[in-house]
Amino acid sequence: MKAAEIAELLNEPACVHNKKEKSGCAKTKPGATAGGCSFDGAQIALLPIADVAHIVHGPIACAGSSWDNRGTRSSGPTLYRIGMTTDLTEQDIIMGRSEKRLLHAIKQAIDDYAPKAVFLYSTCVPALIGDDLGAVAKAATGMWGVPVVPVDCAGFYGTKNLGNRIAGEAMFRHVIGTREPEPVPESAQRPGITVHDVNLIGEYNIAGEFWHVAPLFDELGLRILSTLSGDARFHEVQTMHRAEVSMVVCAKALLNVARKLEGDYGVPFFEGSFYGITDTSQAFRDFARLLGDPGLTARTEAMVVREEAKIRAALAPWADRLKDKRVLLYTGGVKSWSVVSALQDLGMTVVATGTNKSTEEDKARIREIMGDDATMITDGSPKALLQAFKDYKADILIAGGRNLYTALKARIPFLDINQEREFGYAGYTGMLELMRQLALTLEAPVWDKVRKPAPWAASKAAGEPLSAVGVAHG
Amino acid sequence: MAEILKRSKPLAVNPLKAGQPLGAALAFLGLKNSIPMLHGSQGCTAFGKVFFVRHFREPIPLQTTAMDQVSSVMSSDENVIEGLRVICEKNRPDVVGLPTTGLSETQGTDIRRLVREFRQQHPQFATTAVVPVNTPDFSGCLESGFALALEAIIEVMVPTTAMVGRRKKQVNVLCASMLTPGDTEAIREWIEAFGLRAVMLPDIGDSLDGHLVDAETTPLTLGGTPKSEIASMGESAATLVIGRSLAKAADLLKQRTGVPDFRFDHLLGLDACDAFTMTLAEISGQPVPARIDRQRAQLQDAMVDSHFMTGFLRVGIAADPDLLLALGQFLAGVGADIVAAVATARADALSDVPAASVQIGDLDDLERGASAHRAQLIVSNSHAVPAAERLQIPLLRAGFPQYDWVGGYARTWVGYRGARQALFDIANLFLGNHHDITVHRSIYRTDAGSHAQGGTPAGAGLVGH
Repeated sequence: MKAAEIAELLNEPACVHNKKEKSGCAKTKPGATAGGCSFDGAQIALLPIADVAHIVHGPIACAGSSWDNRGTRSSGPTLYRIGMTTDLTEQDIIMGRSEKRLLHAIKQAIDDYAPKAVFLYSTCVPALIGDDLGAVAKAATGMWGVPVVPVDCAGFYGTKNLGNRIAGEAMFRHVIGTREPEPVPESAQRPGITVHDVNLIGEYNIAGEFWHVAPLFDELGLRILSTLSGDARFHEVQTMHRAEVSMVVCAKALLNVARKLEGDYGVPFFEGSFYGITDTSQAFRDFARLLGDPGLTARTEAMVVREEAKIRAALAPWADRLKDKRVLLYTGGVKSWSVVSALQDLGMTVVATGTNKSTEEDKARIREIMGDDATMITDGSPKALLQAFKDYKADILIAGGRNLYTALKARIPFLDINQEREFGYAGYTGMLELMRQLALTLEAPVWDKVRKPAPWAASKAAGEPLSAVGVAHG
Repeated sequence: MAEILKRSKPLAVNPLKAGQPLGAALAFLGLKNSIPMLHGSQGCTAFGKVFFVRHFREPIPLQTTAMDQVSSVMSSDENVIEGLRVICEKNRPDVVGLPTTGLSETQGTDIRRLVREFRQQHPQFATTAVVPVNTPDFSGCLESGFALALEAIIEVMVPTTAMVGRRKKQVNVLCASMLTPGDTEAIREWIEAFGLRAVMLPDIGDSLDGHLVDAETTPLTLGGTPKSEIASMGESAATLVIGRSLAKAADLLKQRTGVPDFRFDHLLGLDACDAFTMTLAEISGQPVPARIDRQRAQLQDAMVDSHFMTGFLRVGIAADPDLLLALGQFLAGVGADIVAAVATARADALSDVPAASVQIGDLDDLERGASAHRAQLIVSNSHAVPAAERLQIPLLRAGFPQYDWVGGYARTWVGYRGARQALFDIANLFLGNHHDITVHRSIYRTDAGSHAQGGTPAGAGLVGH
């Protein structure tokens, strides 16, 4: 990928902050860098497309230590869970045989798994030796008639966030707009309901959590043409240009797709979240507002009233247990504000939130939700996090999996909020699971026990015999 | 002798292998106050970190030289020197491991020269050992990367001396990547039972065993082989080498110190345990302690009890070469047939695997082999779970990574007790999954008054004892 193309991806015009310093795109420092690379970000963004063969082109490190690691779920095909890589050897690289291996690898994937499409992810080594992924993809498509999509996402291009955008760009350039949607099946038509086609961009169906929300879309008459990319199929992604409205669900990561859909195809978009009661209701209301269908608006309001009453009743018995508990939230991007809303719905107090990966707009949202004196943490080192935990007298740390053991080693309650997690928190019903998991860790009887020093360590110096300090009780 | 079958497909499907940089990083994670820094892009480190965090359920110190587009094309030399400076200044480690990656090797880094330049530019960090090692992930596997790092550690940190046996009770143990933290602990206790003192290199049993300490955060490893002990390895009475992948590291240590060594392919099963115990008795001049005798008798009892389940058991194994040889010999030693054997990379150990052939390949190869030979059990890492489900046979988890299994890292395979527990577990997996003879219902039988039922009755897959 050319430097100019990378610069263009980094410069997202739909972001309010794009005129000033890009907080999400800081230069990496040797010896003091954390976080994934562009390949990581691109793979995360697209891997949930379930009927595609995802081939990682590179030596073993890239796929070998990362495949089948994500919590995303499919309601049908499981091809996305088959790890595929060209596993380049020294000979391939020195003798220039890697493109040839890739071409044969595509053939093998098509022959063995009959995928609806093949996605090729480039990595550092092929990018450095100049493999032409685009040419291989084109040749393969011509030879075998299966769409082959190049995703030029070498790790050294930059951060995970950039990788997300590269993935979005690849979908926009090669996939979206290459097929028309099927008509709505007769069996799914209901009298008095006009079906509207919508997109969800940045929804990954972690632990299947979107299935908490999906039935409500059906009920309201909203057909999800495609998500990008939770539980998606290739043919669905192809039709995204025909949606009437897009919702950008997770951060700015794939904002470029929403913006280009608006620019090129006139599909308006809004940003929202399915975490928390308030935000879930807001998301459905935003759909109704943008679609301007009075029938839909009425159905949405009725549904919101019903669902909110139902979930609040279900949460009521738990309310006292979590009320006023203090949360230190450290997570990237959109989750820094979307989760705040969910926690506030549970009566919890968010004492500080991390904004390391958040954009300026995310930060503005945080101020909106938490008030102007919201404490924002930028230093995410384990030491700084634990200091903040003490300073703000927090009861629980909510963060991504990478900080799990930071919390546990310091003997403090923890909730995992990122994509490797095992539990789904989205939508109204997801709140119950969120509540349960929070209570489970906050109320665990293990904390007292693991903070207790050994009885024999309490009163004696190391190496001193027990009898000398009078511990023996005759 | 097993026939070694070359990798046969252009596409690796369901990869088994983890790369050399990860193996090297693991070796450095077994040293005290140490941190590995991978010379590559930040993703190399991020993936490696997640890989080990999920396996060990521990925070893992791992850094990166963070090569970006400009340094990948122009030069990344400055990244290495700057990265070393930042780590030394911030954390004052005893050891910084510096494995290269596919990216920096393709670029053609001269990692040793860069360490020399760092020394010239920053003499104030002279007390920190910096260990560079070439570990491209386009050759070898986790095991070979680990072994290469051990060779580099010996080269940099063990001085050339002639003081063999100055510490009469001290023995060196070179531990290969197949050994778990549980294994290294057990080996230490085994050696101490003979009144000897072990210097384990590396000692992931001390650094990655998972124990809570008072310190809440530690930017470096929390235990492991101390730098001073590594320097004293030349004064030991003997070196015990466990794992054939460490042959070159063992040669190097012997060449530098003259300490006599005893080499073992693995410590799984009765024969291997006996050989190790006898060696310890010889080195120490002590009789074998009674409790080891008892443990041996317990293992023998378990072998008798479980031979009904392990005999003729058709097993498929996929692992790094040392572990494949260990598991293969252990299982064959209790009557099992290794019907499918898959290794990550070529190695000397493979020709001795007790199987007709060893395929260099992936978990797809294991699945096909196991299916073709109607395997009853597969032994591999957590990635093999979907394969086991498709084959409808149990999986015994071994090797890296084990992310869906709490405590997999702590399992003790070695020693009489480890072998005994492994036999129990294998026997139970078999009993829980034993397929009974298909029920036959005669055409002449009638169930007067009730509906005829087809198929196998519930619970038919279980054998009661």
